Amino acid sequence: MPRIIGKITFWRVLAAVIIVLGLIVTVRRFFFGLGTVTNLSDGFPWGLWIGFDVVSGVALAAGAFSFAFLCHVVGYGKCHPVIRPAILTGFIGYILVCVGLMYDLGKYYYIWHAITMWNHHSVMLEVAWCVMLYTTVLAIEFSPMVFEKFNLDTPRRIIAAVTIPLIITGIILSMLHQSSLGSLFLIVPEKLHPLWYSPLLPVLFFISAFTAGPAMVIFESTLSARVFKRGLPMETICNLSRFLLMGLVVYVAFRIQDLVARGALGEIFTGSFESIHFILEMLLFIIPMIILARRRAEEHLNWVFAASIMVPLGVVYNRINTCIVGMIRSSGTSYFPKWDEFVISIFLVTLGVIAFYLADKYLPVFPKEEELLPGELGAAAESA
Amino acid sequence: MGKVGLLVDFTECIGCQACVKACKEQNNLPRPSYTDYSDLTAENYTVVLEKAGTNFRKLCMHCHEAACVSACPVGALQKTPEGAVTYDAGVCIGCRYCMIACPFQVPKFEWDNPFPAVRKCIYCYDIVKEGEQTACARACPTGATMFGERDRLLQVAKRRLAAQPDRYVDYIYGEKEVGGTSTLFLSGVPFDKLGFRMDLGEKSLPELTWVVLNKVPNIVITGYLLLGGIWWIVDRRKRMEAERLAEEEEHEESA
Repeated sequence: MPRIIGKITFWRVLAAVIIVLGLIVTVRRFFFGLGTVTNLSDGFPWGLWIGFDVVSGVALAAGAFSFAFLCHVVGYGKCHPVIRPAILTGFIGYILVCVGLMYDLGKYYYIWHAITMWNHHSVMLEVAWCVMLYTTVLAIEFSPMVFEKFNLDTPRRIIAAVTIPLIITGIILSMLHQSSLGSLFLIVPEKLHPLWYSPLLPVLFFISAFTAGPAMVIFESTLSARVFKRGLPMETICNLSRFLLMGLVVYVAFRIQDLVARGALGEIFTGSFESIHFILEMLLFIIPMIILARRRAEEHLNWVFAASIMVPLGVVYNRINTCIVGMIRSSGTSYFPKWDEFVISIFLVTLGVIAFYLADKYLPVFPKEEELLPGELGAAAESA
Repeated sequence: MGKVGLLVDFTECIGCQACVKACKEQNNLPRPSYTDYSDLTAENYTVVLEKAGTNFRKLCMHCHEAACVSACPVGALQKTPEGAVTYDAGVCIGCRYCMIACPFQVPKFEWDNPFPAVRKCIYCYDIVKEGEQTACARACPTGATMFGERDRLLQVAKRRLAAQPDRYVDYIYGEKEVGGTSTLFLSGVPFDKLGFRMDLGEKSLPELTWVVLNKVPNIVITGYLLLGGIWWIVDRRKRMEAERLAEEEEHEESA
């Protein structure tokens, strides 16, 4: 036991250090402006906070909507045991996106203008509304976990009565939001590198986010099963890994077809800065695809767990390549995030992990029943 | 008044910086003690530079179909009936999507201000709407920068190209770029040698996002019908299955 306590203390010290650093940078950002804490410039106005905290954050929070769809609408593959962690991830993710936006918006104190002053020709307005509405929907979808905890039956019944319309609304908002983040870049055909610029950006963003959903849930369920030493709903994990494989095949096929159709396939082999990032990005989709095609979750949980880590990383890499790497050449300047930018990004992720940990500990997030044999539980612990 | 514009004839520019000075006075922009007039910044709405043996100006092009105007979520950037693209710092939320969207990299940001604003040339809109010229055109001693109705300026430019083909490269920058701009440039050296992008095309940029945005109402309606329909079918199947099982059980019991 002492070893485990020691381990936990290490993580807690690390979290404390990150939070202190994060608060210092926060003060600097809000008192001295964006220029003090970022390497952004007039030539390169969007950096890590948009690329990672906002655009990637939204993509990784997509599990909530892929599961709402799989579980509640089409009733696929016994997803019920993991729908709650998926919603929790989405909810925390969206809160972090909102917080991240407050750091990045130059005039955050006018953020409410998005509610009262509309320019309906702006993709950014669609993004803003999707963030607001979907965060609200996620809060409502999340609320039963709190009501259950405190045995509040009346509000729980009210929420249960509107579940299906609410969930469908959430799916549509999420669909619009994921794709609109891609649409943001439709207006820069002359700036974004052809390996990432495509008229199909909204569709590609949507498919890759939808695929990231199951991967995130496999990853979280496995990790959480290990941390809290409990069983893993194996049948669900197996179904999810099959679904993840399908999603990956569709995405990779779509992506390559798009490059062929635009005549941009040759760009991959030029050995340029962009082509190297593109190849690394694609490997994070293709390797898990191969793993999942060859290894079944029933026997090889470690492999599936590894694949479930790679896919979200690939999606993040794709978003960062779209927002940052692909935009550098045309900007005529260079950009690499300042350490303060990294601190804030890590700070927000840390807050998210802590929130997930606390919710997992105190709220009925994961199912209680042990559906796993002791041997399989061991496998889960080992792989994490 | 019709749509106004500026015609800048680089071959007539003597690099005196009078337009830069006038611009700063008109727009209350600080003049730093050090002279950093090498590019547009939050404090330089326009600059006069020298490259490839010619003087030339940089300033906002005031596109007819401005990418920045369409990009701004709150409408802080507006294309006025006179043709100027104006900016309202009291509306802007500082998302900087205009800076991403602008094909000419014109909007700049006050990076070191905790209460920042986006900055760019607004065609001296306060005085232009009263019927006056922009400060830069008024200050230009050689007439290199001309203010007037955009249609007339375009004719002037075409006449000059026709009259003195040796003096100019045969191109009016801004005539067709991204759907046409209110600012027009004439030059004696090729524009790409001065750093102007020649690959922007003639299509308006806002169209690229609008083709997706105008589908949103359709996606919402189709989405509700489709998802609702799928849910109804699946749910009905589940209910019937449950009923069938219950019936079978009853049947077994009675038998």
